[in-house]
Amino acid sequence: MSTTQIDLETAVKQAKDRLDEHTYNTVQRHFHDSTGCPFWLAKKAELNFDPLTEVKVYDDLKKFPLFEDEWLRGGPVERWRMKDHADRPTYVFETGGTTGVPKSRVVVDDFRIDYEVFSETLPDQYFPKGGNWLMLGPSGPRRLRLAVEHLAQVRGGISFCIDLDPRWVVKLIKKGWMEHLEEYKKHCIDQAVTILTANHNIKCMFGTPKLIESLCLGLEERGTTLAETGITGIFSGGTEFTPQWTRYCVEELFGGPPEESGIYMTPTYGNTLMGLACSKPVTAEEKYKISYYAPQPRAVTEVVSFDDHNSVVGFGETGRVKLTTLTSEFFVPGFLERDEGEREMPFETFPWDGVSGVRPFHEIAAATTVGVY
Amino acid sequence: MLEIPAIRWGKPYESLETTDVVHFNTGEPIARVSSANGGLVSRDMRKASEARKILKQFSIEDLIAKVAHAADLFENETLPLGSGTQTADEFVVHQSASTGLPEHMCRSNMQKNCFVMRNMTEILQCLTRGLDLNILSRGYGMESRGVVVSLQAQTPVLGAVLPSNSPGVHTLWLPVVPLQMGLVLKPGSSEPWTAYRVASAFEKAGIPKEVISLYPGGHDVGGALLTSCSRSMIFGSQKTIDQYAGNPKVQVHGPGFSKIFLGDDCVDDWEKYLDVMVESVYINGGRSCINCSGIFASRHTDEIADAIAQRLGPIEALPPEHPDSGLAAFTTDGVGKAILAMVQQDLKAEGVRDATEPYGDRLVEKERCSYIRPIVAHAANPQCEIASKEFMFPFVSVVKCPQDQMIKAAGSTLVGTAITEDLDWIDQLTDATNIDRLNIGPIPTNRLNWLQPHEGNLIDFLFRSRAYQMPEEKVAALVAG
Repeated sequence: MSTTQIDLETAVKQAKDRLDEHTYNTVQRHFHDSTGCPFWLAKKAELNFDPLTEVKVYDDLKKFPLFEDEWLRGGPVERWRMKDHADRPTYVFETGGTTGVPKSRVVVDDFRIDYEVFSETLPDQYFPKGGNWLMLGPSGPRRLRLAVEHLAQVRGGISFCIDLDPRWVVKLIKKGWMEHLEEYKKHCIDQAVTILTANHNIKCMFGTPKLIESLCLGLEERGTTLAETGITGIFSGGTEFTPQWTRYCVEELFGGPPEESGIYMTPTYGNTLMGLACSKPVTAEEKYKISYYAPQPRAVTEVVSFDDHNSVVGFGETGRVKLTTLTSEFFVPGFLERDEGEREMPFETFPWDGVSGVRPFHEIAAATTVGVY
Repeated sequence: MLEIPAIRWGKPYESLETTDVVHFNTGEPIARVSSANGGLVSRDMRKASEARKILKQFSIEDLIAKVAHAADLFENETLPLGSGTQTADEFVVHQSASTGLPEHMCRSNMQKNCFVMRNMTEILQCLTRGLDLNILSRGYGMESRGVVVSLQAQTPVLGAVLPSNSPGVHTLWLPVVPLQMGLVLKPGSSEPWTAYRVASAFEKAGIPKEVISLYPGGHDVGGALLTSCSRSMIFGSQKTIDQYAGNPKVQVHGPGFSKIFLGDDCVDDWEKYLDVMVESVYINGGRSCINCSGIFASRHTDEIADAIAQRLGPIEALPPEHPDSGLAAFTTDGVGKAILAMVQQDLKAEGVRDATEPYGDRLVEKERCSYIRPIVAHAANPQCEIASKEFMFPFVSVVKCPQDQMIKAAGSTLVGTAITEDLDWIDQLTDATNIDRLNIGPIPTNRLNWLQPHEGNLIDFLFRSRAYQMPEEKVAALVAG
């Protein structure tokens, strides 16, 4: 066995120990009467075990039933607020909501912490400290706008934001109003181009894949390129962020890999329920394969069997993505994402399981509208 | 297994995403096709004007000759296809294997495409109603009656989102290259064969490969193609038709709801027209928009339905290579069953009778596909839901309807065959704007005369007629030149 392998095994073991300890502390906090939120304290009575005494390590979370995101719909939203956070300024962020009642997550500090953790993974060469940011993505009740702004701020920059309402975009698609959709996209891109060409020293940006593509095409129409606007670092996300799409971006829209074009793009995977899973660097040599790693121990992603959601599949095998969130203000013990993918090996930077090839879960894919904005 | 790349203005592009085209009966992969992404299409379309520039270096006559040569290559030769080659026989086998259409029907569609390629001069004459084709090339010219006319090209290329299950539609886009416009095609996921083979034949016949792009892929590719091409056609369902209704950039081809109308003066001799009715319903596996889905008559409708059922009802699902195979397979899991359930729902309605009921179960389920055997329904009046339905298998409603109500009750009709000699009624049929192609007399709905302008006239779609004034001396020079 090589030294590297021993080092990796040690790192994996240490990460596992840290996760077990973190799990214990998190469960204690969420189920203790002095700190827990009304939802989980009430739920405790329905459980056939005592989380305070019977959850000692991460694997003990399997005792919980799967988390149902339906629990997040409707009020009172205060039932999710931790008792010791009652007097803290509180945000509510929503997901979904094109029709019906959206799912809500109450947040005090999590979004800032998540993005601070994410910030540590960004290469300074392409995401320079002090550089300003452009946020080109969904705003409104989502956390993304505030989160990206915080990311810019912790890196010493200022974030410019473009307004985008994804619920209206989904409605346009469902109504078949494709011309309106194109016009709305153009409206967003026009604003982005205006900001990018107004000497604001913008170096970094968040954009959804569709909007990054439109922005690049919009800039080309005006006789310029993304590189010429000064952008060097992009982070993005979504299941439509496929290897082929990444290759298209890198080879055709950016003008080559980072060392040639000067533009580095990193995919991320996440949603309102979890933090931000980072990607291993994506390279042409690995055929633009995208592998995500959750910000353990605050969140864990596992690839589990389609039939047995408590059993992880073998490395390289396909399964459903299962998410666990373990922060001091939010507890999600095992939520089945609407995605599937392949289980990836730990590596030095992230010595825990990853997931690659993320795509909509095949059983519900046909009914899902993805990559709409 | 064949590896088939996307083609970007003649250059192969191997995508990181691929889709396997599989044999519907065995599940065996036949080809691995690269999937483009929408962005590639939008980006490539910025160079679309190059395609017309390249093609305008050739005269229309020259391109017509090249296309005729391509017909021979398409029909007989071994042509390059992705990582390998494909003979004409392999083409038929591949197309049948992935679409479920019997081999003899694939061969017949192949011949139909060849007919159009070989008779391009006549077809363009008919589409332009005898216009000097140089006018299309130059943009203006002198008409035979001595008037300057101008037809302005509205696009350098035609885009087309092609269907997966109807290999018979390709004749509609074949005249585009001779009109000096490029082709941007999204082949159907189960039927990449025709588009690739035509492109290959065109190239071998001397048409520059840089004027054709082929983008297999998902919905985003189709969306990008329709958005970025100034003129494109799409084949789809009624929903697709509704979605693009009124969009001048998009020509939609969907269900045809083609019909036969038996006039009161002829209906008593209905038995004489039984062959016409049976052929119209059954030919090409009932899959075409020109297949008849409704037969309207004021009397004898029960007997007509029973007589057609007697001919079509006993037809069995045969293997695709069988020369008598007349039914096409539904190659997607559960589709046959779901379609039959829809028909059965309509058959339960009051006033509706299934004339094929005595001939046994209609659904034939195989391990990887299914077939629906022909269904003939009798509808007591045109208000029955089933009277306005069309399905992708041999299906027809024989509808009892007074002659003076038939035109209105028929609704949208791609091909209408009216069997009558009643001149007043013929006038009314001629004026009926809900009927696109009109046949007067016992002509099966599927028998298209290619020398008649057909639905969605390509010239009207691709060119705009406009005023073009010139000084008289220039006109004289034009006439002399």
